[in-house]
Amino acid sequence: MDWEFFVQQIVNGVTLGSVYALIALGYTLVYGILKLLNFAHGDVFMIGAFIGYGVLILFGGSVSPNIPIPLLIVLMFLAAMIGCSILGMTIERFAYRPLRNAPRIAPLISALGVSFFLQNSALLLFSPNFRSYDSFSLYEGRLFLPLSAGPLHISPIRILVITSALGLMIVLTLFVGRTQLGRAMRATSHDREAATMMGINVDRVIVVTFLISAALAGAAGVMSGLVFQRVFHTMGFFAGLKGFAAAVVGGIGSIPGAMVGGLVIGLAESFSIAYVSSTFADLIVFAILIVVMLVRPTGLLGKADIKKV
Amino acid sequence: MSKIEPEQPRIGVDEWVATEDVLRERRRGVLGHLRYAFDRVPDGARFGVFILLVALIPLLTSDEYILRVAVDTLIFALLALGLNVVVGWAGLLDLGYVAFFGIGAYGYALLSSDHFGIHLEAQFSVPIIVAGTALVGFLLGLTSWRLLGDYLAIVTLFFLQAFVVVTTNGNSISFLGLTPTTDFTGGPNGIPGLDPFTIFGLQIDTIQGYFYLGLATMALVVVMLYLAVRSRTGRAWHALREDSLAAEVMSMPVNRLKLLAFMFGAGIAGLTGSIQAALVGGVFPGSYDVPLLITIYAMLILGGSGSLAGAVLGAITINVSLEVLRDPNHARWLFYSVILITLVAKLRPWWKLAAVLGSLVGFGYAVNSIIGALWPSATENEGAGGDAIARGVQSWVIHPAQHATEIGNYGFVALIALVLLLTVMKDPWQTVALVPTLYLAAFVWENLLMATIEAQAATRFILLGALLVVLMAVRPNGLVGQTRVEVA
Repeated sequence: MDWEFFVQQIVNGVTLGSVYALIALGYTLVYGILKLLNFAHGDVFMIGAFIGYGVLILFGGSVSPNIPIPLLIVLMFLAAMIGCSILGMTIERFAYRPLRNAPRIAPLISALGVSFFLQNSALLLFSPNFRSYDSFSLYEGRLFLPLSAGPLHISPIRILVITSALGLMIVLTLFVGRTQLGRAMRATSHDREAATMMGINVDRVIVVTFLISAALAGAAGVMSGLVFQRVFHTMGFFAGLKGFAAAVVGGIGSIPGAMVGGLVIGLAESFSIAYVSSTFADLIVFAILIVVMLVRPTGLLGKADIKKV
Repeated sequence: MSKIEPEQPRIGVDEWVATEDVLRERRRGVLGHLRYAFDRVPDGARFGVFILLVALIPLLTSDEYILRVAVDTLIFALLALGLNVVVGWAGLLDLGYVAFFGIGAYGYALLSSDHFGIHLEAQFSVPIIVAGTALVGFLLGLTSWRLLGDYLAIVTLFFLQAFVVVTTNGNSISFLGLTPTTDFTGGPNGIPGLDPFTIFGLQIDTIQGYFYLGLATMALVVVMLYLAVRSRTGRAWHALREDSLAAEVMSMPVNRLKLLAFMFGAGIAGLTGSIQAALVGGVFPGSYDVPLLITIYAMLILGGSGSLAGAVLGAITINVSLEVLRDPNHARWLFYSVILITLVAKLRPWWKLAAVLGSLVGFGYAVNSIIGALWPSATENEGAGGDAIARGVQSWVIHPAQHATEIGNYGFVALIALVLLLTVMKDPWQTVALVPTLYLAAFVWENLLMATIEAQAATRFILLGALLVVLMAVRPNGLVGQTRVEVA
């Protein structure tokens, strides 16, 4: 067995996994609070990638950027996160809030509509052509030159993606665990009605949740653009599906679960592409999802939900 | 009798009496009487008349295109009816519905073509296909057995994706690398050259034939569903859609009922798939994907989820509208008349309507002349099409000669923002803001949405997506669906 190749797949899987984990966090946060599968989440991710691309082009593209590259990357992340937060809050305000007390299936259908709307608007605005971040041209390709430590080869761009994803997750964990608003979020996800009675402004909590989840998706979009280069209008659909699978595998509603699930799905995908077949990689992810749901429907780290009447 | 306010419960009046008063109030006037008379016609008679009227279409026209649209509409109606069982009655979100349609079509392709050299007649192949798709539905439903609900949505969406992957790459399958590779699905090229639909030796090979086949199937399915929903099982479906926990407490086998509904939907989709495959004469992997799914959902939701008439009506409305949108000239008629009808229906009193329309026309000419004076190139370009309304619109909406698409892009984003803002504004401002919004909508429509063939395709789907969101927020019961009774 080719050992270096194997380690390489782990690196690929972890990179992919951190992107999926960020998307999965968005699903999990919203599901935890609203019990809503936000199908539009993947498309927010796609819009984030396009915003990052727009900023890149605005500052001269990656071949000859007219501002320092680290600043450019930070700006791309910031713009995508802010843009996506606004988008996320808008979606919540106009597509989901009117349906707060509707039957369960109503917001799901609305979410489906939003997703389709965003995807085809992107098709209309940005044309069906692939765009490339061409991040390979940054620092003359040195970002993709692997740094070696024993059998481990890892390129700086992957380190950047993995560490920034990790950083975002730490910030999120601290936010949810340590701040007043985070506590309000946990209370709302536990029991929305009781939280309202305790004087928590549930509407505001929900808006904040959508803001955070969309910002994470935006960051994930830029990361995916930086590592995998290609940006296109349907990228959100597949990434969203896998992010969702990650959230379910980890245990939907659980924040550490989303991170673990992201890693599991990312590793599964990169290993199946490397060792089995790249066309059927999606099917293998699907099979993992099915197996997890059959064996442990609450996910790896989820808690069983007790229904009270 | 004074005007009755249905919202306010009157003290001392029984709820039933109160609603009876409202019902009686509704029967007044010419329209009220007509509606009352219509309501008294038995369902069967209404449906019979509808089928008879539809059956006249091939006698009235022999236009191949119109008949083709009519057959497509029937197929869509069948699909919407099947989806209605899953979504409308059992309240399950099935996002893999199109995959069952595809399985039906591929099933027909494998059983009645030269691909494997099997040529079964429809009376044998269709029952096999329906049973097969229902079985696949059963197995898929089993995986989310314990969590039939949200998880079903995502599992079925994955399933649809898996179906697309398998059909696109299924041209060299070998079991565990042991057997020689077999071509199951024809890969990305699909399977062309299917047998025409043949039942008991009767071969259907004209478009009229398929029309009557589709109509007969639809009539059969509607009757079956009509009986099913009034059966014990149908009532149980309603119960678990409203509150599955309460249904379970009433000792209904909730999961089994959900699975049954799911299989029902899958079976109908499979049946429709076999007809569609025979009609098209081939199966191609790209035809069974998410856009089709959204289209069927839009039909069901527009018509009224949970209503048989609604599913059929929704299919007719959406499919005919989508066809109309294919031609820029017809699309323009549709666009402006929908806007006009909405304004007439929603704006009260009449002087407000007159003010909005008047200032809209004035606003347009003012903008056009100001922009035209500043940048003469902005108004020179001719839009697509050239009938009367097109010429009228062209002197009213600006058509930048250069960068029309780029300007249109910004206009599109601004339009979305304006429309969203409009929904949260309070009244005097709302009416004022309506004028520039409508003008911007016309501008974007002329310069971006209908500019190219690709843009027109994207526009159709954007409109479907927006329709779903708007309907869910404004009128979740659709055109003819029943209003849900909320019991607190």
